[in-house]
Amino acid sequence: MIHPIPFLLLAAVAVAAALGMLLSHNAVHSALYLVLNFITVAIFYLALNAPFIAMVQVTVYAGAIVVLFLFVIMLLGAERLRSPVDEVRGPERFHRYTAILLALVLVGVAAYLLFQGGVDMTGVDTTAGATLDASPQALGLALFQSYVFPFQVTGVLLLAAIAGVVIFGHTKKRGEDNA
Amino acid sequence: MPSAVNINWYIALSSILFTIGVLGVLLRRNAIILFMSVELMLNSANLLFVAFARHLGQLDGQVLVFFVITVAAAEVAVGLALIVAIFRTKKSINIDEINLLKG
Repeated sequence: MIHPIPFLLLAAVAVAAALGMLLSHNAVHSALYLVLNFITVAIFYLALNAPFIAMVQVTVYAGAIVVLFLFVIMLLGAERLRSPVDEVRGPERFHRYTAILLALVLVGVAAYLLFQGGVDMTGVDTTAGATLDASPQALGLALFQSYVFPFQVTGVLLLAAIAGVVIFGHTKKRGEDNA
Repeated sequence: MPSAVNINWYIALSSILFTIGVLGVLLRRNAIILFMSVELMLNSANLLFVAFARHLGQLDGQVLVFFVITVAAAEVAVGLALIVAIFRTKKSINIDEINLLKG
């Protein structure tokens, strides 16, 4: 697999980009930090012998989805809402402390499990992954041989999404019945 | 420092990214940032899928990532359409002010 030093560098970039997305005051900056995070994860995919997934990540996530986010942010002019610092105020303030506490519990449990010894490696041939054929051809064969039914269901899901977006985006004309 | 990165490193990175996503959903009140945080969580799950596919030498994890990406794209499209529809009536996308089922 990847050498520890580039792994740690990339992981630092990924975590910093995620924190930047969480903390920035401007929604456009958040979206751009998200792009940085997606591209870093795409590099991890390349290191994990998944070149096709990496390209899909860049085109679909960093391309289409973030463009959709930016489009809506700029359509609504919502790039400067209230800053994260004074977003939660008054009696709702304790939500923030509860959220941070819950997040610390989550990361603490994950760290505890890892320091317990992590994933059991016995009986797993970890060298098989390096020679695994993950070309688009192999992925397509797996998709259309073992996963045909989920693939079809995905098509129906996308159709439902298109129908939903059209219904939500439809504006009634003036004078039309408000039923 | 250990000489090679193994699956546990990816589990650690993935759980940190997932936790940041959870924090985003819990802390931020801007609905668009909320959706970005959900994307971050899905992305950390994808990273773990690919890492385990590499670890176990099987392709199924990578195929599942395709389905996750498709569901994420559909979710973002519907979610952003909802946000636009809500913004039209409420003139706000602060989720604290969206507390009625009726528009």
